Amino acid sequence: MTAMSPDPSTPVPASARAFRDFAHPLWRRILVTREAAIIGLLAVVLVVASAAVPHFGAPITFTFLLQDMAPVLLISLPMTMVIITGEIDLSVASVMGLSSVAVGVLTQAHWPIAAAFAVALVVGLIAGAINGVLVTLVGLPSLAVTIGTLALFRGIAQGLLGTQAVTDFPQFWTHLATSNIPGTPIPAVTVLVVVLAIVFAVVLHFTPFGRGVYAIGLSSDAAAFSGVKIARTKFVLFMLSGLVSALAGIYYTLRFGSARGDNATGLELSVIAAVLLGGVSIFGGRGALHGVLAGVLLIGSLASALRLAGITSDVISVITGTLLVLSVVLTSFLAWLQRTRLSAGRKRRESRGSAAG
Amino acid sequence: MRHARALATARETGIFLAFVLVLVVTTTKNPAFLFSNDGFRDLLLTPATLILIAVGEAIVIITRNVDLSVGSTIGLTAYLTGYLFKTAPDIPWPVVILISILFGGLLGLVNGALVAFAKVPSLVITLGTLYAFRGINVLWTGSNRINASDMPRGFLALGTAKLWVIPVITIIAAVVLIAAAWYLRNTRGGRELYAIGSDPDAANLYGLRVTRRILLAFITSGALAGLAGVLYTARYGTVDSQAGYGLELQAVGAAVIGGVAIFGGSGSVWGAAIGAVLLVTINRALPVLGIQDFWQQAVVGLLIIAAIILDRVLALRTEKRLTVLTGEQA
Repeated sequence: MTAMSPDPSTPVPASARAFRDFAHPLWRRILVTREAAIIGLLAVVLVVASAAVPHFGAPITFTFLLQDMAPVLLISLPMTMVIITGEIDLSVASVMGLSSVAVGVLTQAHWPIAAAFAVALVVGLIAGAINGVLVTLVGLPSLAVTIGTLALFRGIAQGLLGTQAVTDFPQFWTHLATSNIPGTPIPAVTVLVVVLAIVFAVVLHFTPFGRGVYAIGLSSDAAAFSGVKIARTKFVLFMLSGLVSALAGIYYTLRFGSARGDNATGLELSVIAAVLLGGVSIFGGRGALHGVLAGVLLIGSLASALRLAGITSDVISVITGTLLVLSVVLTSFLAWLQRTRLSAGRKRRESRGSAAG
Repeated sequence: MRHARALATARETGIFLAFVLVLVVTTTKNPAFLFSNDGFRDLLLTPATLILIAVGEAIVIITRNVDLSVGSTIGLTAYLTGYLFKTAPDIPWPVVILISILFGGLLGLVNGALVAFAKVPSLVITLGTLYAFRGINVLWTGSNRINASDMPRGFLALGTAKLWVIPVITIIAAVVLIAAAWYLRNTRGGRELYAIGSDPDAANLYGLRVTRRILLAFITSGALAGLAGVLYTARYGTVDSQAGYGLELQAVGAAVIGGVAIFGGSGSVWGAAIGAVLLVTINRALPVLGIQDFWQQAVVGLLIIAAIILDRVLALRTEKRLTVLTGEQA
């Protein structure tokens, strides 16, 4: 919705704005973005909370914050890419539950733990492949498909274990999941998150595959004509989503030392809320990983600060919801503002031009 | 003859047959499932709440939107109903019911206004309000619980009352269903909802009042969730902060199983209602059939996936037939 737009008066949703606006200087293009706003907000929350909330600055808070958010951080990586292509995966938390149950059942059957992990990851891949086949090969809308598989995978997880919980895992692994990097308050799982975040950032922002992901989200037809393999890309993304969710499920199991069918129920909503808050457009084609990671951490640190301030966990869901709604409504409003300003400016120029001529 | 054929090939008929099949198989296994007083009553009574919200959800989905906040709306309105009885016992109970329905409509208006005016996808907005409404509910309720002793007898009787053999709650759901089906099929407003869902841009260019219709769809969905919240309170007699938790997925699932396309423009509230009945009945049938009820959700998931695959196949077939027809004409 800039001067390049053919007709500024036609209402176009804010998120349709896909191209960088090169009419502005570099500093403005970097600083006045959705991602910068979220990172700024995160910084403000961290500073204010450290100053105002007792114990928020303590290392232990930091440790728990990262441990709590690790599954959401992990799954938000593939979810960002899935949503950028214009699809969605609601089944991630159910895949977590399924992988958790797989680890539990196999441990119960005295499998070596490494083999149990491998099977759980394969289960995640298969779950992702099922979503992928239904979306790309059969051509079904991913929203409907993953609502179905959300119920299906969760149902299988609960069917396999019932109300039981498997809790006897090797101490080495449960310890690893809750331990810190020696000498720091940073939990060990952060290494996994950082490595995966770097891999995903490189793939999304610096490879032809990643550019294809954006191209698909902006215009499927144009992407197809420019040689992007749409079906294959989406299929790979759903598989990745399943794989990473399974990994998050294993971490979740080890951290709490318990494999249950209802592990991580409802986590998909936190992931999607964080991804959208981080500036990814639900219409596809727009978003960046640093914004998403800041979005996850923003929700996490707000929650943790409020909990320490003695406010119950219910306020947090109100805040998450309100932030999500506000973030999209504000984008919409700002785009509308810019549009009216631009068209007003153009009218003024035109009337001046005609007066001179 | 034409009507008979239309009825036999309707998408809703397939789901209805699936329901009959479940009913027959389960009843053969255990006749009490249908032929006992309790069995018959449960068969009619348990789907009522889900039918109400599935009808509202179908109306919203037909306009190419989705309302994920219905479960949270039920939670808030159910608690409001109990709260009014407890704190203001002087208000006659029919007025309380009205207040709760209006409050549900108001929550729907919040969703609708954000979607229609800010032009933001409803999936995002209602995901946000799902959190926000539930959070407000838990804040307000805390660990309180409204018990049956706080409510007037006349209201609680609504939960168990029968007209001949049919529970009153079921009759309420049926009346709402018939009214909604009539409106969608026969009125200008109803047809405009389909037009908006089929092609929002075309509807806009054609001069339909898109904003107003979408607002109305969300208000209806909210008000029906409000009614469902009231009936929930009447039926169970206790309300805590978790009432209606997770029902939004069941509502969307029921609509999708019943043939309401997730991208709008097609389907009917009949389908959504039959989908709701099928979902609830399967959940009750599984234990009878000797399947542990932990597997319920897996069956629900399979049903949803089967339904959307079926819809896709039917759509492809229609498309093929249409291209053949136009080919012949040319």
